[in-house]
Amino acid sequence: MFTVGLTHYLVLAAAVFCCGLFVMMTKRNAIGILIGVELLLNSVNINLVAFDRYRPIGGTDGQISALFVIVLAAAEAAVAVAICMNLYSNLNTIDVDRGDALHG
Amino acid sequence: MIVGMNRSAARRMCVWLALAAPVVIVPATARSQIDESPAKSADIDASGATSSGLTTVVQGGFVETILFYLFGGAVLASAIGVCVSKSVVRMAVWLFGTLGAVAVLYLLLGAAFLGAVQLIVYAGGTLILLIFGVMLTTKSPWVRFEATTSEMLAAGGVVVALFIGLATVVASDMTRWPTQAGVNEVATVKSLGESLLTTYLVPFEAASVVLLVVMIGAAYLARQER
Repeated sequence: MFTVGLTHYLVLAAAVFCCGLFVMMTKRNAIGILIGVELLLNSVNINLVAFDRYRPIGGTDGQISALFVIVLAAAEAAVAVAICMNLYSNLNTIDVDRGDALHG
Repeated sequence: MIVGMNRSAARRMCVWLALAAPVVIVPATARSQIDESPAKSADIDASGATSSGLTTVVQGGFVETILFYLFGGAVLASAIGVCVSKSVVRMAVWLFGTLGAVAVLYLLLGAAFLGAVQLIVYAGGTLILLIFGVMLTTKSPWVRFEATTSEMLAAGGVVVALFIGLATVVASDMTRWPTQAGVNEVATVKSLGESLLTTYLVPFEAASVVLLVVMIGAAYLARQER
């Protein structure tokens, strides 16, 4: 119980995932939602690296996957910030509830 | 008392120093333990990399347990700080704490290169991008649009239920995952680079194309209308 194993890392990642989900659901600021997404991606990365460490055979698959997640998170943040700036220049706010021009 | 600093700022600075002290002291003690054990220092010389030597010594021992609870607690505390902060700038600062502590967890798990990449790309790049986004999209940095109390309660209920479900499944014996560390060799930068350029060559090239497209697309989207 006192020795740290895979379960400890998985429970920690689950808690961080839940925090990120809460941020995504409760913030109405577009950048705030983006910060929630970053928390979610980090919890997934903790899972990937922990599974990479705690498995019987050698290899680096989990770490490579985490590396790709980091790269795609950076790309996603760049595009999302550009979209937020467009939203701001059109609506003069980044409240996501106001961006409803495509609402049916 | 530093001249020109009022009492509350000095008190806040003391709290931050107390919080930051373990970050410096604990790795330093881990290093001194390595230096004191001659058998382990020969191990470090053989591996040729101090970071992998650190992880081989730290892993599986009492030090790893302490470090995990310290930095796991830091990850969790700053993630909760992101949840409860009202202003976006404070959320970004708490997110910095999460990212840094996750980088230390990567080091504990033997992923030294990934920890460095986490600090450089995430904390140094993505977070700065987010803060620039805040700067460019608000008249005041302390802007806040708050959810209603019922929305907060509904979201909290969903999240707590999800966490209880996930933790129950993970902690039970339903899964057949190995829960103790195997005898893996520590993944070095060399082995990571080799598998990136052999097994994962196609995703690697695709990621470079994605980055180019994203760079052009973001510059196009964010340009000033004329």
